[in-house]
Amino acid sequence: MTEYVSTTPGLYPLPDWAKDDLSDLKGHQKHDLISGDEGEEITAAYEEARQEVIGVQEEAGLDRIVEGQLRWDDMLAHPLAVHDNVETRGIVRYYDNNNFYREPVVQGELDASGDVANELESAAAVTDGDLQAVLPGPYSLADLATDEQYGDDAEFLGAIADFLEAEAEAFPEVETLFLLEPSLVENAPEDGQDERASEAIDQVATAVDADVVVQPYWGALEEKVYAHLLDADIDAVGFDFVANQDDNLYNIQEYGATDDAALGLADGQNTLVEDPEAIRDRVEWVEDKLQVTEFETVYLTTNTETFYLPYGKFEEKLEVLAEAAELAEVKAA
Amino acid sequence: MSNENKDQFRPEDHDNDHFLLTTVVGSYPKPKWLNRAKELYEDPDHGFDEEDWQEAKDDAARLITQEHERAGLDAVVDGEMRRNEMVEFFAHRIEGYEFNGPVKVWGHNYFDKPSVVSDVEYTDSWLVDEYEFTASATDRPVKVPITGPYTLASWSFNEAYEDDEELTYALADLVNEEIEKLVEAGARYIQIDEPALATTPDDHAIVGEALEHIVDDIPEEVRIGLHVCYGDYSRIYPEILEFPVDEFDLELANGDYDQLDVFKDPEFTADLALGVTDVHVAEVESVEQIEENIKKGLEVVPPEQLVVSPDCGVKLLPREVAYGKMENMVEAARNVEADLDAGNIDIERETPTPADD
Repeated sequence: MTEYVSTTPGLYPLPDWAKDDLSDLKGHQKHDLISGDEGEEITAAYEEARQEVIGVQEEAGLDRIVEGQLRWDDMLAHPLAVHDNVETRGIVRYYDNNNFYREPVVQGELDASGDVANELESAAAVTDGDLQAVLPGPYSLADLATDEQYGDDAEFLGAIADFLEAEAEAFPEVETLFLLEPSLVENAPEDGQDERASEAIDQVATAVDADVVVQPYWGALEEKVYAHLLDADIDAVGFDFVANQDDNLYNIQEYGATDDAALGLADGQNTLVEDPEAIRDRVEWVEDKLQVTEFETVYLTTNTETFYLPYGKFEEKLEVLAEAAELAEVKAA
Repeated sequence: MSNENKDQFRPEDHDNDHFLLTTVVGSYPKPKWLNRAKELYEDPDHGFDEEDWQEAKDDAARLITQEHERAGLDAVVDGEMRRNEMVEFFAHRIEGYEFNGPVKVWGHNYFDKPSVVSDVEYTDSWLVDEYEFTASATDRPVKVPITGPYTLASWSFNEAYEDDEELTYALADLVNEEIEKLVEAGARYIQIDEPALATTPDDHAIVGEALEHIVDDIPEEVRIGLHVCYGDYSRIYPEILEFPVDEFDLELANGDYDQLDVFKDPEFTADLALGVTDVHVAEVESVEQIEENIKKGLEVVPPEQLVVSPDCGVKLLPREVAYGKMENMVEAARNVEADLDAGNIDIERETPTPADD
């Protein structure tokens, strides 16, 4: 019997009032962005916004509650951007999007910072729901950053994995951890690198006592990358069925899958709001195609982060996911 | 050698035999009072109404057009005083678009990314009023920048079309309709802005096909330019030479001409509107420096095919810096023309391998 769990990969848009208030409080320039030691007023604004997006998730009925990552001005590069031994330089493009982040340049030891754990503590204080942590996967975080400390790709990836492991160890109790790994698709690791990426993911995954979902997006993984990923001790791989259906199905059919899976079925980058029934049908479609595989848990989620969306549409997407999971559950029962 | 299309913009009293058409990409810093006027207009408790706001925009357009004239530019723009953002402005004028609120670009910089929710349609003209007003405010030729269909499609949410390519072509047909109206109103110089191509250079064939829609039935003498800002030009060159445009307006000063060689082989067959001042540096380059930059262009095309322009829109610069750059750019162009007349410039262009053999 499959359990259907509605959730999201986090990195939410700020509520519109918070966009205004925080741009007034912080400013619009590079050096105005989040530093990790923001003052009282800014902290208060984020707290209020965090409470709001947690309320939105509860109201929608999502099965997992994320903190929202509203402070992540630099998107997935955030955990490094606020680190003391990292210098942020010019703004650079965020994958193939019309979005930009500050280039984080690692210049010293990446010791634990506790930044993400603090956010989760704050979230835990305002919800009784099942909390889900979100982190960049080690491969993507290394890919988004520049190394001036470790001097070698493998060593740098190892240092990032150590860093994320230490961050994750400091987490309060969470039900699930999503590791977002778009770089596994967008800048696929080469021979040798793919195995190291999987080992790095494994290292971060084992740091928490929670179900771990690794979510690549903007396409399907190359076969070898997928095969190596399955070697990591993780509970689920995420599949971006919005961007690519055939190759994702092929990977599952050819190489099998983890016991659980995350299906990215709602488009995190388009304002067109899917019908819950349509999402449910897509779940069935995927399951039909994979006759032999029955997942224990299926996470229903947007394929990407949702900060690309206007706030109102983002809220609607959450409602759709929650409803689709209920429909799938009913159907399965 | 002459270049009829370009020479139609040559001022009657032009002193030099050579003519390097000087112009701008489009946007220019808004006067502070215009932003203040906008705040008053948006304040429901204030009596500053629609008519006052219109008058403020007219004043600003006249002011900046004349500022361009004073800087000595051969083809002027109103500095896009009436436009807020390059996609939003057009989306508000095209049937089929809707707005759902701001989205993040970076940090706390947002834009009202619109959604295409049904077939896009042309209703009222987008730019004819703007063009007619600007043309009446100056004796110089007026250039009209239009955000290209590929960028309009890429920087919108697409809810209605199969993919962005389909949406691009649908929008291209509307741009074509608008250009027809502009030409009827007297416009002879149109610039299509496609900054989105820089991020997805593999889509150059879509942009090329869209341009075919755009120029359909537009008279030959109407000058059509294409502006593409900073990106990896080697990924779109030489393919772009097939595009049905008279001029390519390129950002090259910002990279210190490190991509110049890309355009030397095969031979650059269109006109080159070369970026000769860097819009990301808030210091006015000296006339001598800009002269050197202009000469870089002569390594790619002969003087007949060279147009001189800033890298990109200058709206983010302080206004006095923007003006200084225009003024020095024109002076530098006139100096290079005089040097060319006197035979003092001897730049050898490499003999490129023929495109077809």
